[in-house]
Amino acid sequence: MSDVISMTASELGAAIRAGEVTSEQATTAYLDRIEAVDGDINAFLHVRRETALAQARDVDARLARGEELGPLAGVPIAHKDVFTTSDMPTTAASKMLEDWQPPYDATVTARLREAGLVILGKTNMDEFAMGSSTENSAYKVTRNPWDTARIPGGSSGGSSAAVAAFEAPLATGTDTGGSIRQPAAVCGLVGGKPTYGGSSRYGLIAFASSLDTPGPFARNVLDAAMLHEAFSGHDPRDSTSVDAPVPAVVEAARNGEVEGLTIGVVKELDNDGFQEGVRRRFRETVELLESLGAKVVEVSCPSFDAALSAYYLIAPSEASSNLARFDAMRYGLRVGDDGSRSAEEVMSLTRAQGFGPEVKRRIMLGTYALSSGYYDAYYGSAQQVRTLIKRDFDAAFENVDVLVSPTTPSTAFPIGERSDDPVSMYLADLCTIPSNLAGNASLSVPCGTAPEDGMPVGFQIMAPALADDRTYRVAAAVERSLAERDGALLERNPYAVASA
Amino acid sequence: MTAITRDEVAHLARLSRLALDESELDTLAAQLGDILTAVAKVQEVAEGDIPPSSHALPLTNVYRPDEARTGLTPEQALAGAPAVEDQRFRVPRILGEEG
Repeated sequence: MSDVISMTASELGAAIRAGEVTSEQATTAYLDRIEAVDGDINAFLHVRRETALAQARDVDARLARGEELGPLAGVPIAHKDVFTTSDMPTTAASKMLEDWQPPYDATVTARLREAGLVILGKTNMDEFAMGSSTENSAYKVTRNPWDTARIPGGSSGGSSAAVAAFEAPLATGTDTGGSIRQPAAVCGLVGGKPTYGGSSRYGLIAFASSLDTPGPFARNVLDAAMLHEAFSGHDPRDSTSVDAPVPAVVEAARNGEVEGLTIGVVKELDNDGFQEGVRRRFRETVELLESLGAKVVEVSCPSFDAALSAYYLIAPSEASSNLARFDAMRYGLRVGDDGSRSAEEVMSLTRAQGFGPEVKRRIMLGTYALSSGYYDAYYGSAQQVRTLIKRDFDAAFENVDVLVSPTTPSTAFPIGERSDDPVSMYLADLCTIPSNLAGNASLSVPCGTAPEDGMPVGFQIMAPALADDRTYRVAAAVERSLAERDGALLERNPYAVASA
Repeated sequence: MTAITRDEVAHLARLSRLALDESELDTLAAQLGDILTAVAKVQEVAEGDIPPSSHALPLTNVYRPDEARTGLTPEQALAGAPAVEDQRFRVPRILGEEG
């Protein structure tokens, strides 16, 4: 069954439709693969073999009846444990929600099911999606398949590790400050953050509601686009969902033409502090796009220098409000209810025990930034910076079709290196945050490995809101040209499964 | 350097409903100070006449028709509750003077 594992998601979907392989066989192959390697990687929090196989048999039966399902019908997927699932626990990697079984499906979950995708299990993450390394999970430390001593990125690190270790051909993630693009970059994958509101937040456990955006992980651009298309689009249950057609991302991924496009290199997102191998691969990729007929210009977005600061005030402020719902009354953990304590005491004890250190830190920071006397200086100023960042993007997109930068300042760092230093951990999101604050489309595509450590480097492409297709078009050009020049990148990953 | 005192941290913990222990208060006082120093950059960039953005996209309120829809059953709604009594959420006492 190594052939099934080595196929791309689009190939596997086509093979299932053609009757060459059943979804049950494909799902079995992936479940066996998870059993064989997840002891090394720790990508999954919950795997439900029987549930997944029942879903696969159901899809096989629907296909046999001639039901019209999408091009990914029958293909297995790993689902981030931040989306509610009515048939599997959902914990957001927090002790607060240990074993919690939601009574309903998130819209993204429901759309995966409608498209016939088979959910293998739920992936590890930083608790409540707060982190850049997945070390903040309350349950386990996920390892980067390229080098198991290094982090897989975060917060969607279980999803990136699962796809990079060939434990799933596809995965979902959520991106609030880079939580899809950064793990995709450091695991050598394609990861997309759709336009804010382009994918539904209904049933997504909220971290920072004005920023949270579900998106796809895949091993290639076309698969990512197909998954993007499968779960995106207007959702009346999400009040900030955009009522517009899903951009033609699949068509763009197949097209990959950049001739005549104007590409802006963001001056502020590439500096001396970045790892040399990252800068080198980034510059080579820009030259490659130029050689393919794109026009390259340098663009200055001066407010981006303050984006990280604004983000680390806005996101914790929203989080401190969102996480107030964990009050030990209606669901989740309750600690110390011995009959003598008041509701408020039980609430405070539960929250102190149920939340991990990073979550507490952000709740405290957000509470500070929103409190009387500090509000204007912190939260208010951060919101003004957000306006300036949007203006920088708007001005840039008057002259260029897309903006590009390295996705991350460095390749995957060693596990434990930054866990005691929140400020240095936050720097991992330096390049990804501007697109969250402005809500535009952004994507990371692999652009080689850094010579000094052999770890993958990500190339970030940013496009205006609702022009997600441009990110896929440029990514497809990068992917195609690099494959011609260097061969398949993932074959240098020790957990990669090549076709027989 | 933005200094934040241990008393301020204790006050924030009360507002946040987090029963933090002594060592957490000490650690957080130092860490919050470091983080606030690092993010104070927003004050250098932001100026009085720039309108704040709370959101990335222009938004208007969304309404749906006022029609009844199926929701969760009481059993589903209570399935994850820490304690249940008579088809209700059972909670600790809320008013201080009651036993």
